Amino acid sequence: MIPISWYLLLSAALFCLGVVGFLIKRNVITVFMSIELMLNGVNLSFVTFAHMWHKVNGQIFVFFVMVVAAAEASVGLAIIIAIFRARGTLAVDRIDLMKL
Amino acid sequence: MNGPLLFLPFIPLLPFLGFLLNGVLGGKLPKPVVTAIGLLAPLGSFALVGRLAYLVWSGALALPVVEPNAPAWISVGNLHVDFGSVIDPLSLTMLLVVTGVGFLIHVYSVGYMHEDKSYWRYFAYLNLFLFFMTLLVQAGNVLLMFVGWEGVGLASYLLIGFWYQKTVAADAGKKAFIVNRIGDFGFLIGIFLLLANFGTLTFREIAATLAASPGWTGGILTTIAICLLIGATGKSAQLPLYVWLPDAMEGPTPVSALIHAATMVTAGVYMIARTHFLFDRSPVAMTVVAIVGAATAIFAATIGLVQTDIKRVLAYSTISQLGYMFLGCGVAAYSAAIFHLMTHAFFKALLFLAAGSVIHGLGGEQDLRRMGGLRKKMPVTFWTMTTAVLAIAGFFPFAGFFSKDAILYAAFLSGTNGKIFWAVGLFTELLTSFYMFRLWYLAFLGKSRSPEVHAHESSWSMLGPLVILALLSLCGGWIGAGRMGAWLAPSVGTHTVEAASNHLEWILSGLAVLVAALGWLIAHVLYREGSTSAEKLATSFSGPYKLLLHKYWVDEIYGAVIVKPLQALSRFVLEWVVEYAILGGLAWLLAGTATFGGAVLQRWQSGNLRSYAAWLAMGAAVLLVFALAPYLFGSHGLSMKWAGW
Repeated sequence: MIPISWYLLLSAALFCLGVVGFLIKRNVITVFMSIELMLNGVNLSFVTFAHMWHKVNGQIFVFFVMVVAAAEASVGLAIIIAIFRARGTLAVDRIDLMKL
Repeated sequence: MNGPLLFLPFIPLLPFLGFLLNGVLGGKLPKPVVTAIGLLAPLGSFALVGRLAYLVWSGALALPVVEPNAPAWISVGNLHVDFGSVIDPLSLTMLLVVTGVGFLIHVYSVGYMHEDKSYWRYFAYLNLFLFFMTLLVQAGNVLLMFVGWEGVGLASYLLIGFWYQKTVAADAGKKAFIVNRIGDFGFLIGIFLLLANFGTLTFREIAATLAASPGWTGGILTTIAICLLIGATGKSAQLPLYVWLPDAMEGPTPVSALIHAATMVTAGVYMIARTHFLFDRSPVAMTVVAIVGAATAIFAATIGLVQTDIKRVLAYSTISQLGYMFLGCGVAAYSAAIFHLMTHAFFKALLFLAAGSVIHGLGGEQDLRRMGGLRKKMPVTFWTMTTAVLAIAGFFPFAGFFSKDAILYAAFLSGTNGKIFWAVGLFTELLTSFYMFRLWYLAFLGKSRSPEVHAHESSWSMLGPLVILALLSLCGGWIGAGRMGAWLAPSVGTHTVEAASNHLEWILSGLAVLVAALGWLIAHVLYREGSTSAEKLATSFSGPYKLLLHKYWVDEIYGAVIVKPLQALSRFVLEWVVEYAILGGLAWLLAGTATFGGAVLQRWQSGNLRSYAAWLAMGAAVLLVFALAPYLFGSHGLSMKWAGW
């Protein structure tokens, strides 16, 4: 039996990777993927705890997160395309003006 | 309350009602209605007081009247103050004078002020004054008296500055108010000391406490008495706080008559008589009272010698006469002082009203040098004024003779200093007689010195009060003589001297009349028609003359020693401490904080997405550490429970 703490450690590792990726990567698409990574890290701990307490709430919560993440991905990608068309770049450092 | 209903609260409340009606609605009411309200209120009070006096006279009412269940005003801890009144011979006499003379002066004002556009405001103030004055007289405890005391000061301020468009009048009002504050400060300290030492402020209870410990003299009682005396010197214009009264003459003349001659300024004398049980226990304070009185009497009289403004002469005369009353109090002849207070109210009100009649008839002229020859043109004013002059100079059988005589006689017989007080009083009488006859000669006799002005006699609403007051000045003295002491004895105690009457008193009286006649004679020589001796005398004694003409430069000295430094200090505090340090510093501090905060916070707003994200992550991390701190560092240690399969 794999101890529950392993799952949690994995989840924390995923989350931290996401955070680090978010902070250090320049490309918006990579930043976006890092956010997904963080979401999935959190999802993993939800599932873990749901399993631990034998309750289904955590699992349901994960579905919600997935739905929101899917919606977010579609909107986010659309924004990214719009930004690329307007600016010709996807480097977050360059996108620091709140106007065109 | 046993016996007949007395309606005591209505004595002050009726004028207050008049004040409210005229003060709130007066501007919209027609003039006759304003007049009716303004006159009915004091008449009602006078009727109530008169009924009281009648009840006492007919034996239906025994004095003093003490209300057993007076409504409470303040009841905090040990401090209990009620709205109780005290009606004894002293306050009854005073109430009769205040409401009686007050009513007459209200009537006179109808004629005097009929052209003024603020007619209603005038009557509102006058009624307000009467409210506070009757409250002061009737008050059964020191605090309530103090309310009346401050109130009459307010009314006095409002009425001195009645013609506030004139800077002089507005300044005079402020001066009166501020100088009175100094005295009131002393009074207030006295009240605190009374409360601290007696635990009560009711006159009756303080007197009872004192009566229970006959050996208690001097010490704190002297302090209290001196504090009260300071209050009295402010209100009654005694040395060294008299300076406001001459300036107060800027007010309308009936106001000068009512407030600054007959009633309000005598409040100090009344207060000393009311608290005589304190003064009786302090020989030091008594001596101080007598010295203040005698010094003021002669000091003011000398200034009065050379004044040329008819009202100022009367103002200094008032200060001088108040000095007599203080002298009377200082030698424990309270009933004589109150007697003089009463007669003085009659003849000084008459003098002022007659002077007002002269001023009115001459179209506002107040300078004695531009008067003259008014005897034929204003006969009623002339004859009433003559009565008043004879009364104040102390001729038999006019009112002033009896009352002034009683004071001088009491002074003569009081201790070792008594002879000095008596001599000062007698000399003051010479001066009084001189300056009053000087005024009389200058205003009424001789030829008119400003022929272009056509003097006319005043209307009967003004002359009526003059005639009544003239009768009182004529009869007020011998009615009271010999009876006053016995009548007031329950209130102020019997002065041993007054009880005995002997040849000495007659000799002193004769001397006083001789001195008064001498004053008349000197005035006759100097100021009769065509005499130029006055100018010659002034030039040959130009030094003393200038000294008197400039009122000993007291105003200038006060200005340089007290007013200027105080103003400089106030300006310093205002401009540097308040404006610069406090307000400026506060503004600078607020602005500085905002600027500094902005300078720091704007660094945060870099616009860089990743820096925001980093801050966010850092914040989350801090929160996490904070939430886990008990587990990480606390007694729990790392005792997180690992649920395992």
